[in-house]
Amino acid sequence: MKWTRRKLIVGGTLGTGALVVGWWFAHERDRLGGRDMFRTRQGEVALNGWVKVSRGGAIIVAAPRAEMGQGIHTAMAMLVAEEMDAKWEDVRVEDAADLGIYRNVELLLEGARSQDPGLMRDIALWGGERVAGILGISATGGSTATRDAWEPMRLAGASARELLLRAAARKAGVKQADLVIADSQVRTRDGKPVATFGELVDVMGDLQPLKDVPLKSPSQFKLVGKDMPRLDIAAKVTGTATFGVDVRLPDMLYAAVANCPVFGGKPKGFTLPAGGLPKGLVKIVELPDAIAVVGDSWWKAQRFLNEGLKIEWDKGPNASLDSAALAAEYETLARAASDPTKTRSFETKSATQQALARVVEATYRAPYLAHATMEPMNCTARYGDGRLQLWMPNQSPSLMRYIAAKAAELDQAQVTVHTTYLGGGFGRRAEPDLVRQAVAIAKAMPGRPVQVLWSREEDMQHDFYRPMAVAHMQARPSKAAAWEWRSRLVSQSATGQIINRVLRLGEQGDPDGNSVERPPYGFPAYRQEAVVAKGPVPVGFWRSVGHSHTAFFDECFLDEVALAMNKDPLTLRRELLSDRPRHLAVLDAAAKAAGWGTPAPAGIGRGIALRVSFGSIVAQVAEVAVEGGDIRVKRVVCAIDCGRVVNPAIVRAQMESGIVYGLSAALHGEITIKGGMVEQGNFPDYQVVNLADMPVVETVIVDAPDSPMGGVGEPGTPPIAPAVGNAIFALTGKRLRSLPFKLA
Amino acid sequence: MIQFIVNGERRELEVELDKPLLWVLREDLELVGTKYGCGVAACGACTVHVDGQPMRSCSVPADQLAGRQIVTIEGLGGERLHAAQNAWIELQVPQCGYCQPGFLMATAALLAEKPKPTDAEIDAALTNICRCGTYQSIRKAVHRAAALMEARR
Repeated sequence: MKWTRRKLIVGGTLGTGALVVGWWFAHERDRLGGRDMFRTRQGEVALNGWVKVSRGGAIIVAAPRAEMGQGIHTAMAMLVAEEMDAKWEDVRVEDAADLGIYRNVELLLEGARSQDPGLMRDIALWGGERVAGILGISATGGSTATRDAWEPMRLAGASARELLLRAAARKAGVKQADLVIADSQVRTRDGKPVATFGELVDVMGDLQPLKDVPLKSPSQFKLVGKDMPRLDIAAKVTGTATFGVDVRLPDMLYAAVANCPVFGGKPKGFTLPAGGLPKGLVKIVELPDAIAVVGDSWWKAQRFLNEGLKIEWDKGPNASLDSAALAAEYETLARAASDPTKTRSFETKSATQQALARVVEATYRAPYLAHATMEPMNCTARYGDGRLQLWMPNQSPSLMRYIAAKAAELDQAQVTVHTTYLGGGFGRRAEPDLVRQAVAIAKAMPGRPVQVLWSREEDMQHDFYRPMAVAHMQARPSKAAAWEWRSRLVSQSATGQIINRVLRLGEQGDPDGNSVERPPYGFPAYRQEAVVAKGPVPVGFWRSVGHSHTAFFDECFLDEVALAMNKDPLTLRRELLSDRPRHLAVLDAAAKAAGWGTPAPAGIGRGIALRVSFGSIVAQVAEVAVEGGDIRVKRVVCAIDCGRVVNPAIVRAQMESGIVYGLSAALHGEITIKGGMVEQGNFPDYQVVNLADMPVVETVIVDAPDSPMGGVGEPGTPPIAPAVGNAIFALTGKRLRSLPFKLA
Repeated sequence: MIQFIVNGERRELEVELDKPLLWVLREDLELVGTKYGCGVAACGACTVHVDGQPMRSCSVPADQLAGRQIVTIEGLGGERLHAAQNAWIELQVPQCGYCQPGFLMATAALLAEKPKPTDAEIDAALTNICRCGTYQSIRKAVHRAAALMEARR
């Protein structure tokens, strides 16, 4: 019974789904929270767990999601302000405590809805398994934050509005039904001013918020759907936005870290220079896999690590690890005969087990990738008096608190996590490594805050990389009813690794989410196999995760199939999506805006790709030239259907962002390993797209207000590599099947 | 003891002579708007003005600072916002924002030298790195800042 294992997993997911959905329906309204849940300062009053008002008229919204550039603070505040009828200029956000009402239920629901293999299903499975422990975490990932906030934050705004109306009615001695609100001002129905929000702060008394208040119908929206200005811009152009590295605390020390350069190695010992520790440096802390130097200056500590301290490493079992050798192994595994007992498989029932006749086949490759956030990894910690405080740019305060409490041997109640702005996240800042290190170092310096910062080189060489992947693709294209599509992909499992890293549970049955994301087409017969490779290379979630490479494999290979069928790539995609009107609309919108079907300008090739990820459908057309032997992407047209749009300017910005991130990977990104060590160390050898390389990006948002809401942080990334690869083929006739693209 | 001027203020500091300006700003003066990104003058996040010239402060040692005029993002534009900052706000440029102080300092220096830069001149001057992909907005904002500056004159 070869599918038993899969059924078990799917069954487990459905069980999880029932649990999660049941929990959600039972508790949805409980996410409003009480007035005691949002901590107030002098002159402020909380209206529920999400909203405060100050005497000065400021409306302060709890923002429990990480602002890493994706505009989530603005989107969340818009939902509250919309229902409160608040004046946008009055609105600001504040870091929120780690409370149950703020937990990201959508992160679990997204997976629970899906029976397909994939990242979100694995996360749901994981969340479900932990029901008794940490069901639901405050986390930012999977492009879920706006979807999660949509109901509870509008309810928070509507409930706050009702409470303000009640208070105003009591203050003015009029009936609540006779009052209205516009632009943060309560008036009578005939227009007489009654009170500003600020003037109601002192008359709230013990009024309690209602959980059952009506929400606006979309036709009443004044802010949602508009390009409202972001709340974080002023601070970010004046240098006053506080990122993790900008935290400055009284008596603070700095720590620089040398991680063992070989994966899995550890320090054997170190030798101080003749003069001992230089002035200003106070301690050397030996960690299980690293050495930290603590002092009054990070620069001094880092220089001492570079030039003064001699560290001897025990390289451990991976001293001969080599990514080129691994790639060759993957290649063999990918092309090996199908063996369902040794792989994870997903298929439609009509897929044949026989070898395919009249087959199109090709092998595709994607390398390891670093996240390379602009702000290098850091965490500031103060340990003392039985308490632990953390200041950290992170994607999950719940996880950081959980990890920190374990590492410090404290109760979670004794641990506070302050989330700063994130200088980029892309999945890297959901990892628990920095917090473990910072706690260990802070414990060695009790009572003093220590800011642990990694150099760029440490950041690049000790990342959790987008897994290297090799896929062997096969198709038997024929009349629509006889289509058959197969892929066999070899890659490590990021999901499996991260679960083990966070929860330290040991082997988790190799979740395969990182490797098997499905293409969106209705192939009549379809089989997907994943060979989950074991290995010591640390891998993790990299913006768009499994889609980042599988979209490249699927969409470039589909163009190869189109060629074999002598069909236009757009035509073939349209045929395969004929019963999916939303997909077709997106594909057509991109094609039309790009002028698909009209001759491309001289020297330009056009390529198209489509991917559905994180609930959104994105199609892109890339226009590519070759100049002086270099691939130059000149223009990208991007169409997205993400359901109802909260802030179109942010959606457009996220599409540009996802495209540039994916383009850096497509044109340059490659992490290689030799002797167990990463060979790249800094931007000169891990090149990224810069301004001179930036294509013109045109984004079309397909209006779909009645469709389920999708994410926008990640879905812009997957289609760009295949769109560029397909454009290179259109221009040069060369089919490039390895990333990064190299013409020579 | 090194004496220099930062954002119009005279400062005297006892620092190691090889300590880079970036770390003098961030650690000794608590001017943390100037960012560390690479330490090898590759990413531009640490760009400041030294006597009006854009410099990558991670690679300027303290012993070259004596008597110099330093301007950082905190001092850009003096009492009011620089036109580049106004343009950045108008066009909503930043995403994560970490690289933006460096871009703004490089842009201000470019506009001081070339009030109406071409796209090619912008490409040549702004070699900073942004991982969020704000480049398209930055290009528009540089042109917008040039127009704002012209209007102010």
